[in-house]
Amino acid sequence: MSTSDESRLESKRRIQFAFTDEQEQFRSAIRRFLGDRSPTTEVRRLMGTAEGYDPVVWRQLSEDLALPGIHISEQYGGAGFGMVELCIVTEELGRALLCSPYFSTAVLAANAVLNAGTEAQKSALLPDIANGARLATLAVTEPNGNWDPMSIKVAAIPDVDGYRIGGVKSYVVDGHVVDLLIVAARAPKAAGREGLALFTLDANAAGVERRLLESTDPTRKIARIDFHGAHANLLGGLDDGAKPILRTLDQAAIALANEMMGGAQALLESALNYAKLRVQFGRTIGSFQAIKHKLADMLLDVELAKSAAYYAAQAAAVEDPEWPALASLAKAAASETYLHTAAECIQIHGGIGFTWDNDTHLWFKRAKSSEVFLGQPSYHRELLMQRWGV
Amino acid sequence: MSKVSEAEVRAEVREWLAANWDPDMSLVEWRRKLADSGWGMPQWPKEWYGRGLPHALARVVEEEFANLGAVGVAKSGVRLLAAATLLEHGSDLQKKKFLRRILTGEDTWCQFFSEPGSGSDLAGATTRADLKGDFWNINGQKVWTTSAHHADHGLLLARTDWDAPKHEGLSYFVIDVKQPGVDVQPLKQMNGHASFNQVFFTDAKVPQENLVGRVGEGWKVAMTTLAHERRGADGLTSPSKRGTRVGRIHAEERAEAEKANQPYKWYPQRAGRVDLVIDRARETGANRDPHVRQEIAKLMIMAKSAEWTSRRARAAQQQGRPQGPEGSLGKLAASNVARAAAHVHTLITGTEAMLTGNGSPRDGIIAEILVSVPAISIAGGTDEIQRNIIAERVLELPKEPRFDTGPFRNVRRN
Repeated sequence: MSTSDESRLESKRRIQFAFTDEQEQFRSAIRRFLGDRSPTTEVRRLMGTAEGYDPVVWRQLSEDLALPGIHISEQYGGAGFGMVELCIVTEELGRALLCSPYFSTAVLAANAVLNAGTEAQKSALLPDIANGARLATLAVTEPNGNWDPMSIKVAAIPDVDGYRIGGVKSYVVDGHVVDLLIVAARAPKAAGREGLALFTLDANAAGVERRLLESTDPTRKIARIDFHGAHANLLGGLDDGAKPILRTLDQAAIALANEMMGGAQALLESALNYAKLRVQFGRTIGSFQAIKHKLADMLLDVELAKSAAYYAAQAAAVEDPEWPALASLAKAAASETYLHTAAECIQIHGGIGFTWDNDTHLWFKRAKSSEVFLGQPSYHRELLMQRWGV
Repeated sequence: MSKVSEAEVRAEVREWLAANWDPDMSLVEWRRKLADSGWGMPQWPKEWYGRGLPHALARVVEEEFANLGAVGVAKSGVRLLAAATLLEHGSDLQKKKFLRRILTGEDTWCQFFSEPGSGSDLAGATTRADLKGDFWNINGQKVWTTSAHHADHGLLLARTDWDAPKHEGLSYFVIDVKQPGVDVQPLKQMNGHASFNQVFFTDAKVPQENLVGRVGEGWKVAMTTLAHERRGADGLTSPSKRGTRVGRIHAEERAEAEKANQPYKWYPQRAGRVDLVIDRARETGANRDPHVRQEIAKLMIMAKSAEWTSRRARAAQQQGRPQGPEGSLGKLAASNVARAAAHVHTLITGTEAMLTGNGSPRDGIIAEILVSVPAISIAGGTDEIQRNIIAERVLELPKEPRFDTGPFRNVRRN
């Protein structure tokens, strides 16, 4: 057996198919917190604001539960856990539909710094991210909506004290409220992987023009950012700068897949509860096989996609060589399942499910926007085939 | 019963094997020794061919047999379902008469449950048993009976009371298959194989002593059989490691396994052969077609997710946690995977999917997949029944209103 086979076997052995008791307790604590702080009345209030989050809840989530730095090692001020715990957090946030800059700050920006930053940069940037004091995000995609970093056009031009960034980024999660921007850009004229790198900018610097976009999912704010020669610093190095970008996006796909599963589970429970309450033709609608079978299929769908999301998180946590492929697998599975579950949840509710007052649309819109966020299912299925060498 | 330790059991079985195991013995001769010593089924009671050991220690015995390559008792077909049912509900006379020859492999068993008129609704059986003197007279028809053509005994569910409600009018018998009133006909399936039989009973005889449990308790007894079936007590004999072993007993065992597995040769094709998909896409060049790539990815995502879901269920079980919903979904998931696989195999194979037999792709295996997959969503509980079970037991949704209560005589049926 070759060494790589051995290491593969070794990591397969460490992939856990059940959460530990500690992880289950961690999940319960987050769920209790969110049950209290993020009822749908709060979701509805915050989604109508420009900021899109409650700074008091964010502070509690950061200081009492230490969630933004859950996966950041203790030397940089984090809690020292990993991908599995990060994904437990996103799953619970997705379930409660918490309006917060968590995905931007903890999932995208913190991982980008961890993956690309030098020791000095990690020590300088991560503690404030971990304690929730500094909001940050990652800007990769441009107005063409392509999630493949190879298509990046935004240019970074060397200057006496760093770089000048020019061009446009879009679909930047929480781009309108963060303090720190991490931008994927390339050296002029270099195509493909060549010259790609990450840069950090003060979001309020001169030459940064941020505009909140009107988003389908009002619980996740996105912005367009125009850079007019704004001053930036290189994050990490210029050699193979595409690698940390891809790694960050793959980790984000896994975290998003788990977030989507939290939402899908909430929708399944909502549909199930309604089917047990709603009476038509003198019976609860849940006694009709048409509805029972639909719910059984929804359960099957959700459990299968959960298995993929959990497995991908476990594989990434132990650096199984296959994990980037599994990120695409989990993202594609979660995207299809979340949207389908949302559509079926509306269907089971009937007319009331299509009203603004019923909460289903809040998750439906998260499902719809998450379906394409970080790449739609067909993109990830093709990526999966390529990564498996088919 | 005094407690024995693992070390004691290990030492004892080793000593016994050292004194008795001989690969040049005949299979039946060896298995008689196993039955009489209790080492063949150590978890069975001492008085019935076992040693009364807990399951954990029975596994130790199994390990010792495996280490030495020693052959075990006969396990193929439904014989162990029959044994489990008799151990729980049978009379001493029945246990004495049947159990030993089940273990030695001298007798083969089959199961007469399903009928043309009652598939999913097993308790709606209309094969009748009427007591005439010392014998029950059996008339009716059973179907989907594996191995009936070479079985010696059958587990029979038949109606003895037409005025009782559906589930309360059934009784459970052991019937001698090799008698004039039992006519066994092969049932040819749409894929050309004949893995099952249909069986006609015309005044077939069952002696009173072969009633298992009491009259009217047939459903309860059948539930025991089905519970063991779900737990996988039946199943395929896998002669994997035995292929190369030398000795009369191994040759006889291989022949036995070959015969027992013969009806199941197409079962891997029934499950869709996901394992062949990527190789087939490469060998045909279909892996360059973007649409096919998408469909392969969808299939693989579903198949992998289903596999991980059953791993989750097992992991939860091993940790002693209550079973989550993931444990009930396997069968339905397998149906979806098989159907998707047949679809993808067709996409990959293209026009050649019009061909079958040795001249067709992979010597007919691909064609066999395409015409075998429809069985998987029916056999062992249809997808629709699985969805009812998931909806009622896992999601706790109400049952549909019933129309089959009251005397069975008045219940509408086929």
